[in-house]
Amino acid sequence: MSMRKVAVVGAGMTKFVRRAQETAKELSWQAAHMALESCEMTMDDIEAVCLGTAPDSFDGIHMNGEYLSDGAGAWRKPFMRSYVGGGTGVFVPIQGWYHVASGLFDVVLVVAEEKMSSYYPHAQAAFLTIFDHTTERPLKPNLLWIFALEMNRYMSTYGIRKEDIALVSVQHKRNAADHPCALLGDPNITVEDVLNSETLAWPVQRYDVSPVSDGAVALVLAAEHVTKRVTDKPVWIEGVGWNLDTAHWTNRDLAYPRYVEYAARQAYEMAGIKEPRKEIHIAEPYDPFDYKALHHLEGLQLADRGQAAQLYVDGVAARDGDMPVCPSGGLLGVGNPIAAAGLMKIAELFWQLRGEAGERQVPGQPKRGLAQAWGDLMQVGTVVIMGR
Amino acid sequence: MTANIKEFPGTPLSEQDFAEGNILFNYDELRGHFAWDTGIAIGRYLAALKEGIILGARCTTCRKIVVPPRIVCEWCFRPMHEYIPLQDTGTVNTFSLCYVTWDVKRIEEPEIPAVIEIDGASPLHGIMHMLGEVDPPKVHIGMRVQAVWKPAEEREGAVTDILYFRPLQEV
Amino acid sequence: MNERVAIVGLGWVGFRPVTPERSYKELMYEAALRAYADAGVNPRRDVETFVTVAEDFHEGTSIFDEYVPDQLGAALKPVHTIGGDGLHGLAAAYMLVRTGQFDLVVVEGHSKVSNLLTLPEVTAYAQDPVLNRPLRLNTHFVAGLEMNRYLHETGTTREQCASVVVKNRYNALSNPSASYGAELTLEEVLAGPPLAWPLGRREAAEQADGAIVMVLASEDRARHLTDRPVWILGVGWCNDSPSLENRDWAQAIYAREAGRMAYRQAGIGNPRDQIDFAEVDDVYAYKELQALEALGFCRPGEAGELTEAGVTAPDGDLPINVSGGSLGVGHVLDATGLARALEVALQLRGEAGPRQLEDVEVGLAQSWRDVPTTSGAVVILGN
Repeated sequence: MSMRKVAVVGAGMTKFVRRAQETAKELSWQAAHMALESCEMTMDDIEAVCLGTAPDSFDGIHMNGEYLSDGAGAWRKPFMRSYVGGGTGVFVPIQGWYHVASGLFDVVLVVAEEKMSSYYPHAQAAFLTIFDHTTERPLKPNLLWIFALEMNRYMSTYGIRKEDIALVSVQHKRNAADHPCALLGDPNITVEDVLNSETLAWPVQRYDVSPVSDGAVALVLAAEHVTKRVTDKPVWIEGVGWNLDTAHWTNRDLAYPRYVEYAARQAYEMAGIKEPRKEIHIAEPYDPFDYKALHHLEGLQLADRGQAAQLYVDGVAARDGDMPVCPSGGLLGVGNPIAAAGLMKIAELFWQLRGEAGERQVPGQPKRGLAQAWGDLMQVGTVVIMGR
Repeated sequence: MTANIKEFPGTPLSEQDFAEGNILFNYDELRGHFAWDTGIAIGRYLAALKEGIILGARCTTCRKIVVPPRIVCEWCFRPMHEYIPLQDTGTVNTFSLCYVTWDVKRIEEPEIPAVIEIDGASPLHGIMHMLGEVDPPKVHIGMRVQAVWKPAEEREGAVTDILYFRPLQEV
Repeated sequence: MNERVAIVGLGWVGFRPVTPERSYKELMYEAALRAYADAGVNPRRDVETFVTVAEDFHEGTSIFDEYVPDQLGAALKPVHTIGGDGLHGLAAAYMLVRTGQFDLVVVEGHSKVSNLLTLPEVTAYAQDPVLNRPLRLNTHFVAGLEMNRYLHETGTTREQCASVVVKNRYNALSNPSASYGAELTLEEVLAGPPLAWPLGRREAAEQADGAIVMVLASEDRARHLTDRPVWILGVGWCNDSPSLENRDWAQAIYAREAGRMAYRQAGIGNPRDQIDFAEVDDVYAYKELQALEALGFCRPGEAGELTEAGVTAPDGDLPINVSGGSLGVGHVLDATGLARALEVALQLRGEAGPRQLEDVEVGLAQSWRDVPTTSGAVVILGN
């Protein structure tokens, strides 16, 4: 069956900051405006808008998609908001992909925004309500718990040491020092700094975690005939996959993300990839916590189970390694405005594959990259493969 | 393209901007009140907790015993009619020592959330609850634990009818 | 690509003011079971991807997407949520089939509004937090403002709006799934207490619980599964300005644009001639009249006259909301558009029982996301 090809032709993003002066609408518009300028388009060229933003409780706005619609450029246009929790940032380009691949639209604007600082006094508290209202919420659970529980299980199942996991945080934060939008880039951070940081929920420490942030990212997606007209450096969406595991997270194996594997297999099949470790040149796995990057590399079949840390130890994951991981700096370094952070990874692949990533440019003219996000109750994997 | 851009949008603020009144804001609190119907399966689970029993359910197709109970097996999509009382003992699948509360207040004595595989349920089938009566450094994965219940007359049919799980004194 | 897409399975439960015997998951399960039985499919084996529509604050759960898969048979499958109306979800499912990557897709929408004790407070949280919310107005005021301007510009009367209530609640008496059937007189509707003048209390829909699941298939798959597919001929959706400060208060621009998009796909130049019946938004009575005009069934100001003349009654020339609409069935929040599409599909299949229309081939469903939004969608179905 012939598929309609879809390319990313423009990208834009705001700085990721702890607390932005701009409103959520303004951040959305800044990113959208930049994406349009980058491919010399205007809103008149845009036929539909896809928005990604994570829980309404951050913004304290019911039907937040409706509220943000004009900021995202959707005035008097078809507008839809998709939503898979933390996986949203890599889902919203998939939503854009199916808008174009369906044949209903030729040019679509994709916007992801998060303004977490609106939640008072601390955005983490908004996560109480992600737990089951009857069987879990009465225990006053904390978002850190589920990460700590999963990290502990992952470490003990495979015998992984904290110092190896800390390498992830170090590499990502060092990479982020070259990203002009980064919140927590640090060229000099060491494993000791991570291991000596404040314990939040053992085994999770302060520097294992990405920061709460505000920010927005936008892309322009186009059908093949439009793409050929507007750019000689298209980056194609070659494969997409997403998968949602059971909500009963205490009834499954926390050491391995099967849902990421299934999402990845869907994307590999669509992209015609048989040997992902050879055919993926840049990986941007989701890294809200350092161990998550490892967990996800294994789910993505880019490392054997329990072996992903070795990619960092051996330098394979370094920016000049055989398979650079998170050359952007990831969520740990650039920041984690939830939905925007996922879409930042897609924007990074766009810039990397076009050779426009500046200080962060991966050597060797990479041809194909993969970005992945994760979310809901440790439950959803979203994967996009892009190539030139 | 990031290579060519000198200035990205986005203006960071500091705590001081708020303290000095440079930035105005509007404070509001949502009064969202809910009373969730527990339905068939969770309704029975809560009723059993009130009696001091942890209730599971069995899928007659894949023969899994799950907890908490549900009316449909998510893997077979077959109805689950068989409710089974489980033990109130179990094994720690994973745990954390948490030094911040749900609303990010620092605490000295850690809370100890854990996933506890309940005896009588299928392997890897557990519930999230708290550990207590234990020295935090001594908690380990694989530790055997038992529920500590509220006195019967204080139970109300809620997960908090179990106060916490404590290390099991094997006889 | 799959050019043509059909609805091949319908399942629903409700619609009732309260459903204390079922959790929201159990409501969704029951609707899903019925839809899968109707389509003759096994969700674990056959269905490739699932779409649900939900808003977190309606559910009382952040990231509601988490709790969707199990009861739909969707665990470890591609599932995503659209933060929109049911027709947005239907449009997403339609696009997924059209990509050619999927042949069997499920869309789900539900309401468990009876569990939300403070609906007006939550709805107020959809207002602009800085510019509007501090005024502490019940969000019905937005409908009052809109209705007033609509009456002013079109010459429509309050009586004409009230006649929509009389018609739709009477229609609901023939719909066993409807909760608010009634035989009211125009005077009784108008004698109700004011809500946000000129809007009266009896011109606003009451809420209901329920769940709706639909199974969509590519043409090849549809022909294997059923001999009575309901084809999706066109979909459209649109947002006007979310801001109360600069929107068109008289016309439903979003409905007009969504309609035009759907008409283009369906090849419809004259909706009045080419569409046999419609289910449109009537969360407030005046909205039905405004929608009919926006969708091009008549000129601005004519819809009220058509209603008074009985043209939009079940035995009229252009039956509108034969199901009873939101006024008669109950307002099922994010599932509202699916409830409208459900009735259109049932009518096209000839399965609408005592309210079955004769000789219908093309029907339209339209929805709006309620105050304070300007967001709506349209789907055109045919057999």
